[in-house]
Amino acid sequence: MLKARIIPTLLWKNFGLVKGVGFDSWRRVGPVLPAIKVYNSRDVDELILVDILASQEGREPDHDSIRDFSEECSVPLSVGGGVASLEHIVRLLHAGADKIAINSAAYADPALVGAAAARFGSQCVVVSVDARRCDDGRYRCFSHCATVDAERDPVEWARELAGRGAGEILLTSIDRDGTMRGYDLELVENVARAVDLPVIASGGAGNYQHIVEVIKNAGASAAACASIFHFTEQTPAGAKAAMREAGIAVRRNFVAPPPT
Amino acid sequence: MKVAIVNYGMGNLASVRRALEDIGAQPYIADHPAALYEANRIVLPGVGAFAQGMQCLIDGGWVDALRDVVTRQHKPLLGICLGMQMLASAGDEGGTARGLGFVPGQIRRLDALGCHLRLPHVGWNEVVYRTTDEFFNQIPDASDFYFVHSYALVPEQAEHVLATTPYDCDLASVVRHGNIFGCQFHPEKSSKAGRQLLRNFLSYVPC
Repeated sequence: MLKARIIPTLLWKNFGLVKGVGFDSWRRVGPVLPAIKVYNSRDVDELILVDILASQEGREPDHDSIRDFSEECSVPLSVGGGVASLEHIVRLLHAGADKIAINSAAYADPALVGAAAARFGSQCVVVSVDARRCDDGRYRCFSHCATVDAERDPVEWARELAGRGAGEILLTSIDRDGTMRGYDLELVENVARAVDLPVIASGGAGNYQHIVEVIKNAGASAAACASIFHFTEQTPAGAKAAMREAGIAVRRNFVAPPPT
Repeated sequence: MKVAIVNYGMGNLASVRRALEDIGAQPYIADHPAALYEANRIVLPGVGAFAQGMQCLIDGGWVDALRDVVTRQHKPLLGICLGMQMLASAGDEGGTARGLGFVPGQIRRLDALGCHLRLPHVGWNEVVYRTTDEFFNQIPDASDFYFVHSYALVPEQAEHVLATTPYDCDLASVVRHGNIFGCQFHPEKSSKAGRQLLRNFLSYVPC
């Protein structure tokens, strides 16, 4: 049976990792490489690394740094931030990214998603969708690190992305980001129901119960987490124990049998 | 132990190299088919679509060289993910294309195999042994490995299937035909279990 995944999200700004609240108020949380090493040793299921300034600065992620990071990563690494062309994707894959997360560029050029899937396979095309509930009560997508209204409904947008060949949707609630108040279950459920793709829920994890809820009740295939691991004593292993307790299948850590 | 990683223009070579270095091998990126001849082992990695992958192998002149070192010189070959799928006779992802034909069989989309779950099949899933094999030394049956794919190899001959993985259907997750191995999951991204599988590939001695 396929296991529900715990995916720490590493937000990278200039030379180090940061974590914000509502895509703002960034706090420094340390350098990148040691974080990757620690997460590897803790048997997380995957990592997501996003260069959060890249899109706003109109550049692609720094692939020399990505190369250093990916070499230390023994689980799958998704890289995002400023990915806007097939050439960017080629360079990032060569630098060691396993999957590419496209966000802002997909709104401007939706055909990029299909072109990337045709060339590299759907499995490495993650489309990152950042959404918030607006004053009229409806959800809307935002691009460029939540600064630009993309004028799209997340459910409709997710359907379109699925049709264009996206492999996974990384769905972040801007409202819940960094709050540790729990995932936006309604948003996640709406999108997970609308598409057959795996949906990675992001934004709001503050305790293990939040993770259990979003997997079990909202239909997420994976839970992306940041603040919970940066700012609390809770761990990926603890999250998995709680998930197992709640009847969710999680990856068992490999233990080599003693030599005979 | 020199391990050639075939660089045919697709896929994540860095993590394969890093994983092999971790376990004490001397991997190198083979940028040209001639570079296969100095290797003790060959790894055919892969991220991407079947037709595009095969076209890259053909354009780079890899097909004849691989056939020569693998079927005539009997060097052990490990195909990973798309690299495993290209061992088959034919595939239809991104247009119908012929494969390398090392493991007779076809590539099918998982939903055509009876899988009604979300696609791609992404994440950690069990690898259930159909037989005992030295390739699995030290790895408990039903250990989790990392998958990310929508298509699978369906071998013509059941004895080529070493392990299967349940995802609404039983997909062939490990195949072997003599000195030719393939795994649908990514051992280089499967943490400790993946490292052990790569160790077993290096330890395998072709007769």
